[in-house]
Amino acid sequence: MKKIKIAIMLLFSIVTFSQEKLEEVKVEKTKKGIQKSLKKTTNTQVVTSKELLKAACCNLAESFETNPSIDVNFSDALTGTKQIRMLGLTSPYLMITEENIPSVRGASQAYGLSFTPGTWIESIQITKGAGSVVNGYESITGQINTELLKPMNDIPFFLNAYGSNDSRYELNTHFNRKISDKWATSLLIHGNTRVSKNDMNHDHFLDNPLGKQFNINNRWQYSNPESGWVSFFNVRLMKDEKQTGEVDFNPNRDKFTTNYWGSEINTDRLDLASKVGYVFKNRPFQSIGFQNAFSNHNQQSYFGLNQYDIKQQSYYSNLIFNSIINNTMNKFTTGLNFTYDKYDEFVNLVDVSRIDNSVGAFFEYTYDDNDKFSYILGARLDYHNRLGAFFTPRLHMRYNPWDKAVMRFSAGRGKRAANIYAENQQLFGSSRNFSVLDTNGKIYDLDPEIAWNYGVSFSQNFMFFGKSADIGFDFYRTDFQNQAIVDVMQSPQEVLFYNLRGKSYANSLQLEFNIEIVKHFNLRTAYKYYDIATDYLSGSFQRPLQAKHRFLGNIEYATHISDEGQQWRLDATVNWLGQQQLPTTASNPAIDRLPEFSSSFATLNMQVTLQQSSTFEMYFGGENIGNYRQDNPILGAHNPFGATFDSSIVYGPVFGQMYYAGLRFKIK
Amino acid sequence: MDTMKNVVLGMLLLFVTFSIQAQETLDGAELSEVKKNKNAKYDIEVNGNCEQCQKRIQNAAYSVKGVKSAVWHMDDHMLHLIINEEKCSLLDVKKAVASVGHDTDEVTATDEIYEKLHGCCKYDRK
Repeated sequence: MKKIKIAIMLLFSIVTFSQEKLEEVKVEKTKKGIQKSLKKTTNTQVVTSKELLKAACCNLAESFETNPSIDVNFSDALTGTKQIRMLGLTSPYLMITEENIPSVRGASQAYGLSFTPGTWIESIQITKGAGSVVNGYESITGQINTELLKPMNDIPFFLNAYGSNDSRYELNTHFNRKISDKWATSLLIHGNTRVSKNDMNHDHFLDNPLGKQFNINNRWQYSNPESGWVSFFNVRLMKDEKQTGEVDFNPNRDKFTTNYWGSEINTDRLDLASKVGYVFKNRPFQSIGFQNAFSNHNQQSYFGLNQYDIKQQSYYSNLIFNSIINNTMNKFTTGLNFTYDKYDEFVNLVDVSRIDNSVGAFFEYTYDDNDKFSYILGARLDYHNRLGAFFTPRLHMRYNPWDKAVMRFSAGRGKRAANIYAENQQLFGSSRNFSVLDTNGKIYDLDPEIAWNYGVSFSQNFMFFGKSADIGFDFYRTDFQNQAIVDVMQSPQEVLFYNLRGKSYANSLQLEFNIEIVKHFNLRTAYKYYDIATDYLSGSFQRPLQAKHRFLGNIEYATHISDEGQQWRLDATVNWLGQQQLPTTASNPAIDRLPEFSSSFATLNMQVTLQQSSTFEMYFGGENIGNYRQDNPILGAHNPFGATFDSSIVYGPVFGQMYYAGLRFKIK
Repeated sequence: MDTMKNVVLGMLLLFVTFSIQAQETLDGAELSEVKKNKNAKYDIEVNGNCEQCQKRIQNAAYSVKGVKSAVWHMDDHMLHLIINEEKCSLLDVKKAVASVGHDTDEVTATDEIYEKLHGCCKYDRK
């Protein structure tokens, strides 16, 4: 039986292959929720699983609520999916990878983050700025890499159950088995559902979609330190269904009619991934890795009378060679990668299908003087059937001017094909007409997006009246050479897509102060300023639904762990958002007109965890305890098939207070 | 466009051949035993105390041409080396380390240099 299993795995490994930087397989002891390094060349912070336990955190999209570097926006009223932003730009401008394989891209851009359950995550690395060239050319403002639980280090059994007053229920079960000293496997099973209809603001629309998700992941890890071989294999199946719209909408009866407005979004996804890595004998600084991934993503959906179907078949392959020049102060990484994406896409039955493929080579050199100074200089050359042949340079530098301080600089270029429909599909939940104004481009008649990103940062750790504290700032600028503009500033009945005509930039400034007030009592604060302006046809505006000023405060407190293993943990997070530019509604009748800017508001989230022992804990908490609710989240709700209907203008919470409770049980 | 394609393909080829060549030369060394070991591993004891010593010891080791990797552990005072014996010998490394004030089994630092070490770096000499 075992032999058959191995034979199957081997067969599978021929079809799909892969790997990553071998050193990163090491487990890190969790000390702090967010770890920042003074020695890393890139501005990278590591979010550990400890941090993820601080909030309801049901999936990856929701795991950044306590993180200053990433802004979690309020889900649009329709899909209930939270979008994230870094440096003020939405997730398409980030490279999101899972174990260094690009994961949220193309068709999965809108909902992809909600397809990774929070309990599966071991850690998240967030890099601000251009980032490495190893995984591709698409990242512009930063990279988010998620590491999932490793079969070799995982516990035999884990159970998490969660329920909330917005009638969402979740169940996570993990099984792990070490088959031999070289093979281990994990089976991760996730299910969630929202069963009952909520309409707290009485606009006759659901505040949250009804939904079901089933997600299963089987992971295999092989590790043989004597021979130097390591590998991972992953098979994952996901099925997600959402229904939203008017409370009285019944899909069987009302689909594609004007009885009631409703929407269904159904997604099936299959992921196969493999990594194979080899560390050379007697040369621990030299390794070779090969990673391969295949995914099949199929979304069938309709939004009122708008129909949107997208199917993406994607293949990704990356061959990586790491070694040194003379000595380990001079390292390099080089390799080749290949991507293939086949999109079958239909927008209201109009076929916009396409095939993208690209092949590229990269070289990244790292110098580290083992003391104060290091830099990473990387470049890649790619040929893409739609983006052409192009060069992507990136530079990161780090310098420690004095004790416990670090200065960083980064600059780099990114280029990408904007999937205008998939990335902006919340706009289907409106009566807007979609038009592309250009005709000569190769991606939906548009040209590729090209941007340069530059940034500086400084951080200093110090003792403040005997307490350990740190202070830091960073400033980043993104300059677009070309951008696929999504224009909702022209008319409330239209969304226009066109190549940038004029200027578009994003400036972001972040100030941070953190202090350990007493042992186990930490305060984290951050202020962020964004200036994100784009020249639209009707003039220059700040990017809609983006606050210029934001503030985040987080307090964590934990009691000492008693001899019986008991511990209380308390977390509270305050988010304050300043005014946000709203899409223009000036030409609507007065009743469906919104102001030019939203009002500012704050939300408070809290959570209490009682750890009974090292194997059992319970938690309960509340989100948006102040019960702030956006007025009028669905414009024109009284006449959903009329000209003013728009469910995409959401700048604040729709649901109001949300309370939840859950438990975690482990067998070690 | 086609010329661009050729340029890219050319570049790709260059990268591949570069990697393969790099490997060939490395592996070639292992095959012929007559040649000296290009990746010889040594663990030697080097006396020292603190993080400053660590930097000093490692930097001294790296200053020797042929030292590929040098990691000194504060707890057991072991310096883990990978050196290219075609370019240097273990003795060269010991000399370099001693010349900045750190004693090894074969070569010891002069008293004059030892005395110049920072206070916290003044390890107990054997």
